[in-house]
Amino acid sequence: MTNHHDITCRELAEFIADYLDHTLPADIAREFDRHLAVCPSCVAYIESYKQTIRLGKAAFAQAEAPADASAPQAILNAVRAARKSAR
Amino acid sequence: MTRDTRAHPYTPARAAPEQSSDEAALVRRLKAGDEAAFEQLILSASPRLLALARRMMSREEDARDAVQDAFLSAFKSIDRFDGRSQLTTWLHRITVNACLMKRRSQRRRPERSIEDLLPQFLDDGHHRSPARPWKTPPADSLEQAETLDLVRARIDELPEPYREIIILRDIEELDTDETASLLDLSAAAVKTRLHRARQALRTLLDPHFAEEQP
Ligand SMILES: [Zn+2]
Repeated sequence: MTNHHDITCRELAEFIADYLDHTLPADIAREFDRHLAVCPSCVAYIESYKQTIRLGKAAFAQAEAPADASAPQAILNAVRAARKSAR
Repeated sequence: MTRDTRAHPYTPARAAPEQSSDEAALVRRLKAGDEAAFEQLILSASPRLLALARRMMSREEDARDAVQDAFLSAFKSIDRFDGRSQLTTWLHRITVNACLMKRRSQRRRPERSIEDLLPQFLDDGHHRSPARPWKTPPADSLEQAETLDLVRARIDELPEPYREIIILRDIEELDTDETASLLDLSAAAVKTRLHRARQALRTLLDPHFAEEQP
């Protein structure tokens, strides 16, 4: 429940990144916390925003493919060929 | 969820120059056009650059092409390498650029509009439909692998400028200024775009992770 001088869900959504980086001015951060105390939707939104970041990092941490032993040599051969044809 | 422990590729650029004498010697040989030095560099640097390119490109073939392009442009511009950063840092940056250029040159399917992926609000500023809490990610490793495949696929669905910024800031963990200079944007624009990108990715993931309505 918000009244006219409190921040809205829309305003809160704009500043989530700064809130999580702790770069919001203190008075606005306090309004943020006041809003979160009464708005389960924004709490769920922020939590899922944080989880989105974590999932993105995890998805690519795992994508470190097993080292392909032949890849460096293949790249070397391709670079050699490209340099030769450029000459 | 395993925390990625790979060394931050860009950190040395901001640190004091700490070139080992081995590296200084290698750079001298590269600048003198020593073929054996080039080949040694390709063999030693390829695995890490390929890992980077795989994170940025969707297909293995494109990742290899991008690394190859990166070496070609690195060798062309070795005279401009000033030794203030490490050679590996410099190569990382060139590889990121090669990947960005390659992705942008590829014909892509029509992209979704970012506006459709941002959260929707009512006129009074409340969420159009209240956000639902998300389930905790699976602990089982097989399910976890499926989950992460799904996350990668959803990241691939983002409009390219938004996918780029997630990769550079959240995955490669470049800082705002480094990202701004790579993408030729202001720091403020990087922050805004990253926030929109995360919101859009959250929208794409929501159907998979939100708890059922009670
Ligand atoms: Zn709210």
